[in-house]
Amino acid sequence: MAIDKALAGTGSWLDERFHGAKGFRTFFRKIFPDHWTFMLGEIALYSFVILLLTGTFLALFFQPSMTEMVYHGSYVKLDGVHMSKAYASTLNISFDVRGGLLMRQIHHWAANLFVAAILVHMLRIFFTGAYRKPREVNWLIGIVLFTLALLEGLFGYSLPDDLLSGAGLRITQGVLQSIPVVGTYLSFFLFGGEYPGNDIIPRMYILHVLLIPGLFAALIGAHLFIMFHQKHTQMPGKGRTNKNVVGAPMYPYFMAKTGAFFLFVFAACALAATFAQINPIWIYGPYNPLAISAGSQPDFYMGFLEGSLRIMPAWQWVIFGHTFAFNVFIPALLPLGLIMTGAAFWPFIEQWITGDKREHHLNDRPRNAPARTAVGMAAVSFYGVLWLEGANDVIAQHFDIALYTVTEIARVAVFAVPILAYIITKRICLGLQRKDLHLLEHGVETGIIRQLPNGEFIEETRPLGEDEVAKLALPQPERLPLPVGVSGGEDDVPPPGMRGSIGRVRARLNRIVTETVPMNGHGANGHGNGHGPDGQGAVSSGDQAHAAIGSSGREAGGDSTGGDGSPTS
Amino acid sequence: MTDSTAGPQPGDNEPTGDLFSDLSAHASGAGDEPAETRHRVIGTPPPAEARSLLKTPPPGAPGGPPVPRQRELPADPDDPVSAKRAERVVVACFLIATLAGLGFIAAYLIFQVHSVTNVLHSNLALGSTMGLAFLALAVGAVIWVRRLMPTVELTELRKPLRSSPEDRAAFAETFEEGAEASQFTKRPMVRRALIAATVPVALAPIVLLRDLGPLPGTKLDHTVWRKGMRLLNYGANTPIRPADFSSPGGMITVVPDGFQDDFNALAKAAVIIIKFAPNVIEFSARPEPGKVVQNWTVDNIVAYSKICTHVGCPAALYEHTTHHILCPCHQSTFDAARGAQVIFGPATRALPQLPMTVDAQGYLVARHDFIEPVGPSFWERGPS
Repeated sequence: MAIDKALAGTGSWLDERFHGAKGFRTFFRKIFPDHWTFMLGEIALYSFVILLLTGTFLALFFQPSMTEMVYHGSYVKLDGVHMSKAYASTLNISFDVRGGLLMRQIHHWAANLFVAAILVHMLRIFFTGAYRKPREVNWLIGIVLFTLALLEGLFGYSLPDDLLSGAGLRITQGVLQSIPVVGTYLSFFLFGGEYPGNDIIPRMYILHVLLIPGLFAALIGAHLFIMFHQKHTQMPGKGRTNKNVVGAPMYPYFMAKTGAFFLFVFAACALAATFAQINPIWIYGPYNPLAISAGSQPDFYMGFLEGSLRIMPAWQWVIFGHTFAFNVFIPALLPLGLIMTGAAFWPFIEQWITGDKREHHLNDRPRNAPARTAVGMAAVSFYGVLWLEGANDVIAQHFDIALYTVTEIARVAVFAVPILAYIITKRICLGLQRKDLHLLEHGVETGIIRQLPNGEFIEETRPLGEDEVAKLALPQPERLPLPVGVSGGEDDVPPPGMRGSIGRVRARLNRIVTETVPMNGHGANGHGNGHGPDGQGAVSSGDQAHAAIGSSGREAGGDSTGGDGSPTS
Repeated sequence: MTDSTAGPQPGDNEPTGDLFSDLSAHASGAGDEPAETRHRVIGTPPPAEARSLLKTPPPGAPGGPPVPRQRELPADPDDPVSAKRAERVVVACFLIATLAGLGFIAAYLIFQVHSVTNVLHSNLALGSTMGLAFLALAVGAVIWVRRLMPTVELTELRKPLRSSPEDRAAFAETFEEGAEASQFTKRPMVRRALIAATVPVALAPIVLLRDLGPLPGTKLDHTVWRKGMRLLNYGANTPIRPADFSSPGGMITVVPDGFQDDFNALAKAAVIIIKFAPNVIEFSARPEPGKVVQNWTVDNIVAYSKICTHVGCPAALYEHTTHHILCPCHQSTFDAARGAQVIFGPATRALPQLPMTVDAQGYLVARHDFIEPVGPSFWERGPS
């Protein structure tokens, strides 16, 4: 255990100045629980670091200027073409700076990865319920970060002033201009006058390289600090409770793992940038408000907004001489607003519905919160339909469907698919719960058939291991006392929060949200292996559980017949 | 541990090493101390044996040395044989990373740029060496963690985040004391004056943004098209005679003469002209824009704004068999033979028609500006 003398000296020097021994010991021994989904946020974090590194390199060469010039550079196909200095300097980075193209492409890939990782990370948080108390604030910070990431991406994408991104910018301006009352002014102030003007590139540049990254740094810092302070959530498993954290310590395990992971992310971006071309702006040409290429697609994270604009019917009203361009500002603002505000309010809505004000450090498996999972899948499918519609021309072309038909299908699907997704997801979750219940009660089928002395054939089952039981058994969301008072009996006096019409809505939502397959108190025992008739019992127990679902969670307390194979309904 | 302030007792000297307890013990019990400690310079620690009359207590007992800490992390890997193999793999990975890193520097020096082919090679060389270096480092580090480091699973307890009632009460007191001491609650005039001051101070930065751009005024209502301004074939920038159209069907982009390089003007003034076969165009009886074609055509040639009325993309695709103009951004579709009215898509208004005639030399010219604003809708646009 001999610590190197020089290190001890340094440690001592630091300790005498910062009183760090105790704090750093705690820091080094901090426990990080392990689950593969916990890496998703790390991908986002590390792509951000890569973006900072490559972005700084690019900023050394990029000229954020819309001043017109005639190009005479290495890319001879554009020789003599009028373009902005921004576009010319991007050509210069690509063709005249060694490693410039690589850095540009890493930057672009990392940007896509950044947004994708944030998205998937948020889905992980949502579906496992990791946003619950005490982590609501971090969830909100995450939503702000996601919104900023979209904006940051849009600005960065527009900076090279090429034809493709220029179309995106033109759409952005058209959307801005359509906002009631203030839209025209917003557009004139952002663009320094009429579109396109000469100011937008330098303005987006300073927002892209200073303001938004500064906000990112502050918010990511807060996000990590809160995560660190509250300690990470963990997935259910053996020995894991709501009151502990089980895993490997920060030093040396987590440090080494996360360092390696950073390198993996960097390697992935570098290899993508090497072998997969991205945003070849020299092929698109410089921006020109008169030109456009067919099949213009934005970066993937803007796809749902694009689809939303495409799907919208042509509605516009003129009221008292003022134009309400519903066809533009509704699709531009509503889906994003719906998803973001919905996500922001969800933890509080769920708390209100369930009445659950406890701390949660043990994550749910998505199947164990069927209503939440179903709501999440509805949101995902809503986003997904819009996203696909953003590529309706590509779909029409590749699948040989008429373009307008694709849009018309999407107009229906954007409402229908989320509803279907909700119903199907909820059924799947409940089905998976039943499967888990079956495993707990009857063990794992081994495939070994045995003949009993009386000639009967049975299949042997193996009871679950301790670890497997811990993963499966725990997670029934504890039903709260909330709906008990409104079980329908006329003489029941509802608790104060449950009275009146809002109270009834709350009770109804509570029954929906807490709906699960009822778990037996004695389910895991008494139905050991090798009972022939129990095979039958399992089937009817499924039916029984199904019936219980239909009549909602209110009898959850009393219903213990679930696994007995003695159906009562 | 006994408390050294509780009163001196023979043999009560604690081997704590704490300066003050040492001193007090020393001073009070001076008469009983062995001779050499009496002559000790005050402030220097006594010899270890002199400080305790007893033998050193066993580890963990009061006053004894601390219990040797239980190891939380094993020092050796789970499986030494597999670790030996892993060690070689890790070293190999790091060697590969070293070589790849050197390769990156070499590639930077060897591969020049300044042409598409050179850039392609340079990018391949730089990117693959860089990617390989990071990948090898990452793989090496992961194998290191998983195979060389012993497996551990530790448990850390969580404390409830809610503070103890005492702490909360203490905080509340501190906060109230501070609030009272600050006089903030007691002196409403000061408070209100402060709040009043923040309003203009907070507004100031917003006011500063005023000069970001001019006010819109009626700028969006007009384009640069004027009476007699020639339509130039965009790109070639040549004026157009109706006879230049050999046959109906095509669509060409035209720009106002004198503004062919002015993107700020063209972003609104870009126009498409389409030549139709005779008797295809449906003319309007009365000048109602956007319903049917106005009688502003020349020789079955119609001119429409190229800027889509949805969000302003150039409506650049034309299918001459159906006379549909399609905006590729969001697929708003306009019927060119019938005043460019919307057939499908999110656009709500027809593409405005540019009034056209021919000048004395027989070239296509504008009669006047568009009679309605072109491009996307905006609040002040009004019903026109």
